[in-house]
Amino acid sequence: MADIPVDAPQHCPGTTSDQAGKTSACQGCPNQNICSSGAAKAPDPAIDEIKVKLATVKHKILVLSGKGGVGKSTFSAHLAHALARDETKEVALLDVDICGPSIPKIMGLEGEQVHQSGSGWSPVYVEDNLAVMSIGFLLSSPDDAVIWRGPKKNGMIKQFLRDVDWSELDFLIVDTPPGTSDEHLSIVQYLGGAGIDGAVIITTPQEVSLQDVRKEIGFCQKVKLPIIGVVENMSGFVCPRCKNTSQIFPPTTGGAERMCEELNLPLLGKVPLDPRIGRSCDEGKSFLSEVPDSSAAVAYGSIVQKIKDYCTSHTTSGEKSE
Amino acid sequence: MLRVCRPEVHQCETGWVPVYADAQQTLALMSIGFLLEHPDEAVVWRGPKKTALIGQFVSDVAWGELDVLLVDTPPGTSDEHLAVLENLRKHRVDGAVLVTTPQAVSTGDVRREITFCKKTGVRILGLVENMSGFVCPHCSECSNIFSKGGGEELAKLTESEFLGSVPLDPLLTRSLEEGTDFLQAFPESATFSAINAIATTLLSRLQDD
Ligand SMILES: Nc1ncnc2c1ncn2[C@@H]1O[C@H](COP(=O)(O)OP(=O)(O)OP(=O)(O)O)[C@@H](O)[C@H]1O
Ligand SMILES: [Mg+2]
Ligand SMILES: [Zn+2]
Ligand SMILES: [Zn+2]
Repeated sequence: MADIPVDAPQHCPGTTSDQAGKTSACQGCPNQNICSSGAAKAPDPAIDEIKVKLATVKHKILVLSGKGGVGKSTFSAHLAHALARDETKEVALLDVDICGPSIPKIMGLEGEQVHQSGSGWSPVYVEDNLAVMSIGFLLSSPDDAVIWRGPKKNGMIKQFLRDVDWSELDFLIVDTPPGTSDEHLSIVQYLGGAGIDGAVIITTPQEVSLQDVRKEIGFCQKVKLPIIGVVENMSGFVCPRCKNTSQIFPPTTGGAERMCEELNLPLLGKVPLDPRIGRSCDEGKSFLSEVPDSSAAVAYGSIVQKIKDYCTSHTTSGEKSE
Repeated sequence: MLRVCRPEVHQCETGWVPVYADAQQTLALMSIGFLLEHPDEAVVWRGPKKTALIGQFVSDVAWGELDVLLVDTPPGTSDEHLAVLENLRKHRVDGAVLVTTPQAVSTGDVRREITFCKKTGVRILGLVENMSGFVCPHCSECSNIFSKGGGEELAKLTESEFLGSVPLDPLLTRSLEEGTDFLQAFPESATFSAINAIATTLLSRLQDD
């Protein structure tokens, strides 16, 4: 049943049922009042508005991870840079990490503000064909904390999709916080109508991280979000002096490679640990143009190519299901 | 990470019994991981459900007599953080330890966390810089994979106490993977002494008041 929210209590009758909010299972559910009032029967009109608004966006890609700090934002930023190298393509990067927006810093846009235009908020441009949106652009200082509970975060995500002047895009990349909660449910809910190509899942090689990635994969399956593939980040470190490789985050259970085999998912590639990646991010520069011949940059290149191939070889779920 | 594999949480008259990591029952644990049927099961919950569970962890677990209750949190400044504070307020919170890695992308997040502590009236016990420097086991060259010094700089900038830095140590990662006690297995390591020194400082801070 499509109207049972994934976070519903067991035996939820479904939000559009006549019993919504009235069964014993609804006791204590935070949505009980909304459900029994009948308001939940109507889907949020924003979903359709967003569908219309984003009809001119060809491909939508989510970047997800289970654990925090594994390199989602770094990957999202470099995916955006790499796609925007083709000047005939329009690329946008949306940061829905409402409480920890790191995209402005990584894209070299700290201190920028969004402008209001006739057709909505205009994003901040890094290059002519690379637009960025983040809550960071709405804050007055890097020390500003966004102390919001779920519903307010969800409202912000809705606004980012509906009220930003995205115009025509070839790629919209969405960077997310870690986990499987409000931000993830909301982005899937609001973007779902417009059609999402799929998710790229980032992990580090050790089991502590893979365990959380399996949960993330379970989430994708629950909400029917296709998985483009998995990227193993921070995969080995080559000592600059003796050239030996150290497994700083050891793949004790076979790393992303074995997990992908077991779950029958594509492994898009492995990106090694490279101190120059962190430095580029801190300086807001693209590692791909700073150190283009490094093995990490080569790894990024091949991963990006696979994502492009995936996008051209299939139609998005929105196109299909209509 | 603490070598307790999928135990069951039992119910007793005074509430949920925590899971003990050691035979002497000096280290009690509670985590939603213990309540899941399958370790890979995703917990897809919005804020209000998370808030409710955190309330239960504080009020419905039979913690017994404790000297210290440590709360590990996800990143951010949202539902979980507000819920923990609301539920612990009546029991008085001694303060928060902030952990960062050295690079600016990470200290940026911690700056927001500091603001969160100030706004919610939580005392900052100090700042720890983790994953600070990696010593190559082959040639002893130290590489600052995630840069260096950001934690200490941030501590100065915000007038918080700097508690120390912990190196990036594959032996520690391996211990956590295998659930072996790192502190027992490698008592000689620099990582151990760093963690130990931080713990000692923290404990003395707690005794000060
Ligand atoms: N392959 C790599 N080598 C070295 N440093 C890296 C690598 N990938 C990411 N980093 C650095 O690691 C840090 C964490 O990365 P990032 O912020 O992208 O993670 P995240 O998954 O977005 O974190 P969060 O969960 O907090 O949003 C950053 O400082 C980044 O520059
Ligand atoms: Mg991030
Ligand atoms: Zn309901
Ligand atoms: Zn070396």
